[in-house]
Amino acid sequence: MTVLLTDQRTIQTAEEVVTIRQAVRQRAVELGFNLVDQTKIVTAASELARNAVQYGGGGRVTIDAVEAFGRRGIRLTFEDDGPGIPDVELAMKDGYTTGGGLGLGLSGARRLSNDFTIESTPGKGTRVTITRWR
Amino acid sequence: MERIPILKMGEYLLVTIQVDMHDRLAMTLQDDLTGRIVDTRAKGVLIDISALEIVDSFIGRMLADIAAMSRVLDAETVVVGMRPAVAITLVELGLSLTGVRTALNVERGMDLLRERIRGRLSE
Repeated sequence: MTVLLTDQRTIQTAEEVVTIRQAVRQRAVELGFNLVDQTKIVTAASELARNAVQYGGGGRVTIDAVEAFGRRGIRLTFEDDGPGIPDVELAMKDGYTTGGGLGLGLSGARRLSNDFTIESTPGKGTRVTITRWR
Repeated sequence: MERIPILKMGEYLLVTIQVDMHDRLAMTLQDDLTGRIVDTRAKGVLIDISALEIVDSFIGRMLADIAAMSRVLDAETVVVGMRPAVAITLVELGLSLTGVRTALNVERGMDLLRERIRGRLSE
Protein backbone atom coordinates (compact mmCIF):
# COMPACT_ATOMS: atom_id res chain seq x y z
CA MET A 1 0.00 0.00 0.00
CA THR A 2 1.38 3.42 -0.98
CA VAL A 3 0.61 6.49 1.09
CA LEU A 4 -0.05 9.44 -1.22
CA LEU A 5 -0.79 12.07 1.39
CA THR A 6 -0.77 12.10 5.16
CA ASP A 7 -2.17 14.45 7.75
CA GLN A 8 -2.11 14.07 11.53
CA ARG A 9 -4.46 15.82 13.93
CA THR A 10 -5.11 15.79 17.65
CA ILE A 11 -8.50 14.90 19.08
CA GLN A 12 -9.03 16.35 22.53
CA THR A 13 -12.43 18.01 22.43
CA ALA A 14 -15.92 17.65 21.00
CA GLU A 15 -15.13 20.56 18.65
CA GLU A 16 -12.11 18.73 17.29
CA VAL A 17 -14.33 15.76 16.46
CA VAL A 18 -16.19 18.15 14.13
CA THR A 19 -12.98 19.41 12.47
CA ILE A 20 -11.87 15.81 11.93
CA ARG A 21 -15.18 15.01 10.24
CA GLN A 22 -14.59 17.99 7.94
CA ALA A 23 -10.98 16.99 7.19
CA VAL A 24 -12.02 13.42 6.34
CA ARG A 25 -14.84 14.72 4.14
CA GLN A 26 -12.44 16.97 2.25
CA ARG A 27 -9.97 14.15 1.66
CA ALA A 28 -12.80 11.87 0.47
CA VAL A 29 -13.99 14.52 -1.97
CA GLU A 30 -10.45 15.01 -3.29
CA LEU A 31 -10.16 11.26 -3.86
CA GLY A 32 -13.38 11.25 -5.85
CA PHE A 33 -15.53 9.26 -3.39
CA ASN A 34 -19.23 9.34 -4.22
CA LEU A 35 -21.62 10.95 -1.74
CA VAL A 36 -22.68 7.72 -0.03
CA ASP A 37 -19.08 6.57 0.44
CA GLN A 38 -18.09 10.02 1.73
CA THR A 39 -20.93 9.87 4.23
CA LYS A 40 -19.94 6.39 5.39
CA ILE A 41 -16.28 7.16 6.02
CA VAL A 42 -17.10 10.50 7.70
CA THR A 43 -19.65 8.81 9.97
CA ALA A 44 -17.16 6.06 10.89
CA ALA A 45 -14.56 8.76 11.63
CA SER A 46 -17.02 10.59 13.85
CA GLU A 47 -17.68 7.45 15.92
CA LEU A 48 -14.00 6.64 16.36
CA ALA A 49 -12.97 10.23 17.09
CA ARG A 50 -15.65 10.45 19.77
CA ASN A 51 -14.43 7.17 21.28
CA ALA A 52 -10.89 8.56 21.47
CA VAL A 53 -12.15 11.61 23.38
CA GLN A 54 -14.67 9.83 25.57
CA TYR A 55 -12.81 6.65 26.46
CA GLY A 56 -9.20 7.38 25.54
CA GLY A 57 -8.99 10.79 27.20
CA GLY A 58 -8.09 12.28 23.83
CA GLY A 59 -5.75 11.09 21.14
CA ARG A 60 -4.79 11.64 17.54
CA VAL A 61 -5.82 10.60 14.09
CA THR A 62 -3.75 10.10 10.98
CA ILE A 63 -5.66 10.67 7.76
CA ASP A 64 -3.94 8.99 4.80
CA ALA A 65 -4.80 8.95 1.15
CA VAL A 66 -3.59 5.53 0.04
CA GLU A 67 -3.28 3.49 -3.12
CA ALA A 68 -3.05 -0.26 -3.64
CA PHE A 69 -3.61 -2.47 -6.69
CA GLY A 70 -4.64 0.58 -8.67
CA ARG A 71 -7.34 1.62 -6.21
CA ARG A 72 -7.37 4.67 -4.05
CA GLY A 73 -8.76 4.94 -0.58
CA ILE A 74 -8.69 6.64 2.78
CA ARG A 75 -7.01 5.07 5.75
CA LEU A 76 -7.72 6.51 9.19
CA THR A 77 -5.67 5.55 12.24
CA PHE A 78 -7.06 6.59 15.62
CA GLU A 79 -4.71 6.30 18.57
CA ASP A 80 -5.11 7.14 22.22
CA ASP A 81 -3.07 6.58 25.36
CA GLY A 82 -6.10 5.81 27.49
CA PRO A 83 -6.92 2.84 29.69
CA GLY A 84 -7.31 0.44 26.76
CA ILE A 85 -10.07 -2.10 26.23
CA PRO A 86 -9.83 -5.24 28.40
CA ASP A 87 -12.09 -7.35 26.16
CA VAL A 88 -11.98 -6.21 22.55
CA GLU A 89 -14.33 -8.92 21.34
CA LEU A 90 -16.98 -7.80 23.80
CA ALA A 91 -16.42 -4.13 22.93
CA MET A 92 -17.06 -4.95 19.27
CA LYS A 93 -20.55 -6.27 19.99
CA ASP A 94 -23.53 -4.21 18.91
CA GLY A 95 -25.10 -2.56 21.91
CA TYR A 96 -22.21 -3.07 24.28
CA THR A 97 -21.20 0.16 26.02
CA THR A 98 -19.47 1.24 29.19
CA GLY A 99 -20.21 4.90 28.59
CA GLY A 100 -23.99 5.12 28.40
CA GLY A 101 -24.07 5.40 24.61
CA LEU A 102 -25.78 3.10 22.14
CA GLY A 103 -22.81 0.77 21.82
CA LEU A 104 -22.66 1.19 18.05
CA GLY A 105 -19.42 3.16 17.72
CA LEU A 106 -16.92 0.38 17.12
CA SER A 107 -19.24 -2.15 15.52
CA GLY A 108 -20.84 0.52 13.33
CA ALA A 109 -17.46 1.91 12.24
CA ARG A 110 -16.45 -1.61 11.24
CA ARG A 111 -19.57 -2.03 9.11
CA LEU A 112 -18.96 1.33 7.43
CA SER A 113 -15.37 0.45 6.48
CA ASN A 114 -13.81 -2.04 4.07
CA ASP A 115 -10.88 -2.90 6.37
CA PHE A 116 -10.88 -2.65 10.13
CA THR A 117 -8.24 -3.51 12.71
CA ILE A 118 -8.16 -2.81 16.42
CA GLU A 119 -5.30 -3.25 18.85
CA SER A 120 -5.66 -2.40 22.48
CA THR A 121 -3.35 -2.85 25.44
CA PRO A 122 -4.85 -2.34 28.89
CA GLY A 123 -3.03 0.55 30.57
CA LYS A 124 -1.40 1.70 27.33
CA GLY A 125 -4.09 2.68 24.88
CA THR A 126 -6.00 1.74 21.79
CA ARG A 127 -5.36 1.95 18.08
CA VAL A 128 -8.11 1.53 15.50
CA THR A 129 -7.33 1.56 11.79
CA ILE A 130 -10.01 1.67 9.13
CA THR A 131 -9.77 1.91 5.35
CA ARG A 132 -12.44 2.62 2.82
CA TRP A 133 -11.65 2.09 -0.86
CA ARG A 134 -13.08 4.05 -3.68
CA MET B 1 -22.89 30.22 24.22
CA GLU B 2 -23.61 28.65 20.85
CA ARG B 3 -27.22 27.50 20.48
CA ILE B 4 -29.57 26.11 17.86
CA PRO B 5 -32.62 28.40 17.54
CA ILE B 6 -36.08 27.04 18.34
CA LEU B 7 -38.97 28.86 16.65
CA LYS B 8 -42.52 28.79 17.96
CA MET B 9 -45.36 28.76 15.44
CA GLY B 10 -48.77 28.34 17.00
CA GLU B 11 -48.76 25.08 18.88
CA TYR B 12 -45.62 23.86 17.10
CA LEU B 13 -41.92 24.26 17.71
CA LEU B 14 -39.63 24.31 14.70
CA VAL B 15 -35.94 23.52 14.73
CA THR B 16 -33.65 23.63 11.71
CA ILE B 17 -30.22 22.25 12.38
CA GLN B 18 -27.93 24.20 10.06
CA VAL B 19 -24.52 23.51 11.56
CA ASP B 20 -22.29 20.50 11.99
CA MET B 21 -23.12 19.96 15.67
CA HIS B 22 -20.59 18.91 18.25
CA ASP B 23 -21.87 16.73 21.05
CA ARG B 24 -22.35 19.44 23.66
CA LEU B 25 -24.36 21.54 21.24
CA ALA B 26 -26.61 18.54 20.60
CA MET B 27 -27.13 18.08 24.34
CA THR B 28 -27.93 21.79 24.73
CA LEU B 29 -30.56 21.52 22.00
CA GLN B 30 -32.14 18.55 23.76
CA ASP B 31 -32.32 20.47 27.05
CA ASP B 32 -33.57 23.68 25.42
CA LEU B 33 -36.23 21.86 23.47
CA THR B 34 -37.70 20.00 26.42
CA GLY B 35 -37.75 23.27 28.36
CA ARG B 36 -39.54 25.05 25.52
CA ILE B 37 -42.14 22.27 25.16
CA VAL B 38 -43.10 22.79 28.78
CA ASP B 39 -42.97 26.62 28.63
CA THR B 40 -44.98 26.95 25.43
CA ARG B 41 -47.21 23.87 25.92
CA ALA B 42 -46.34 22.93 22.36
CA LYS B 43 -48.18 19.96 20.88
CA GLY B 44 -45.77 19.25 18.06
CA VAL B 45 -42.04 19.51 17.36
CA LEU B 46 -40.62 19.53 13.85
CA ILE B 47 -36.87 18.99 13.44
CA ASP B 48 -35.43 19.69 10.01
CA ILE B 49 -32.14 17.88 9.42
CA SER B 50 -31.88 18.52 5.67
CA ALA B 51 -28.62 20.44 6.20
CA LEU B 52 -26.99 17.60 8.16
CA GLU B 53 -24.31 15.78 6.19
CA ILE B 54 -24.08 12.94 8.68
CA VAL B 55 -26.09 11.48 11.53
CA ASP B 56 -23.87 9.37 13.73
CA SER B 57 -24.87 7.33 16.77
CA PHE B 58 -24.72 10.36 19.07
CA ILE B 59 -27.01 12.55 16.97
CA GLY B 60 -29.23 9.54 16.30
CA ARG B 61 -29.60 8.99 20.00
CA MET B 62 -30.31 12.68 20.55
CA LEU B 63 -33.16 12.52 18.01
CA ALA B 64 -34.57 9.39 19.63
CA ASP B 65 -34.29 10.94 23.09
CA ILE B 66 -36.01 14.14 21.98
CA ALA B 67 -38.86 12.10 20.48
CA ALA B 68 -39.21 10.06 23.67
CA MET B 69 -39.05 13.07 26.00
CA SER B 70 -41.53 15.10 23.99
CA ARG B 71 -43.93 12.15 23.99
CA VAL B 72 -43.76 12.07 27.76
CA LEU B 73 -44.43 15.82 27.73
CA ASP B 74 -47.51 15.28 25.56
CA ALA B 75 -46.00 16.49 22.29
CA GLU B 76 -45.32 14.73 18.98
CA THR B 77 -41.99 14.94 17.18
CA VAL B 78 -41.30 14.57 13.49
CA VAL B 79 -37.83 14.57 11.96
CA VAL B 80 -37.80 15.75 8.35
CA GLY B 81 -35.44 16.12 5.42
CA MET B 82 -32.95 13.34 6.00
CA ARG B 83 -30.61 13.08 3.02
CA PRO B 84 -30.60 9.73 1.19
CA ALA B 85 -26.86 9.18 1.80
CA VAL B 86 -27.43 9.81 5.51
CA ALA B 87 -30.29 7.32 5.62
CA ILE B 88 -28.21 4.62 3.89
CA THR B 89 -25.31 5.19 6.28
CA LEU B 90 -27.52 5.26 9.35
CA VAL B 91 -28.96 1.84 8.62
CA GLU B 92 -25.52 0.37 7.96
CA LEU B 93 -24.28 1.89 11.20
CA GLY B 94 -27.00 -0.09 12.93
CA LEU B 95 -29.35 2.71 13.93
CA SER B 96 -33.01 2.28 13.17
CA LEU B 97 -34.28 5.39 14.99
CA THR B 98 -37.02 3.38 16.66
CA GLY B 99 -39.75 5.63 17.96
CA VAL B 100 -38.78 8.58 15.76
CA ARG B 101 -41.36 9.64 13.19
CA THR B 102 -39.88 10.89 9.96
CA ALA B 103 -41.21 12.67 6.90
CA LEU B 104 -39.63 13.54 3.58
CA ASN B 105 -39.87 17.32 3.92
CA VAL B 106 -41.22 20.12 6.09
CA GLU B 107 -44.59 20.19 4.36
CA ARG B 108 -45.26 16.49 4.86
CA GLY B 109 -43.87 16.72 8.37
CA MET B 110 -46.36 19.44 9.27
CA ASP B 111 -49.20 17.40 7.74
CA LEU B 112 -48.15 14.43 9.83
CA LEU B 113 -48.00 16.52 13.01
CA ARG B 114 -51.45 18.01 12.39
CA GLU B 115 -52.91 14.56 11.75
CA ARG B 116 -51.34 13.10 14.88
CA ILE B 117 -52.51 15.95 17.06
CA ARG B 118 -56.04 15.88 15.64
CA GLY B 119 -56.07 12.12 16.11
CA ARG B 120 -55.18 12.52 19.74
CA LEU B 121 -57.88 15.12 20.41
CA SER B 122 -60.58 12.87 18.99
CA GLU B 123 -59.48 9.87 21.04
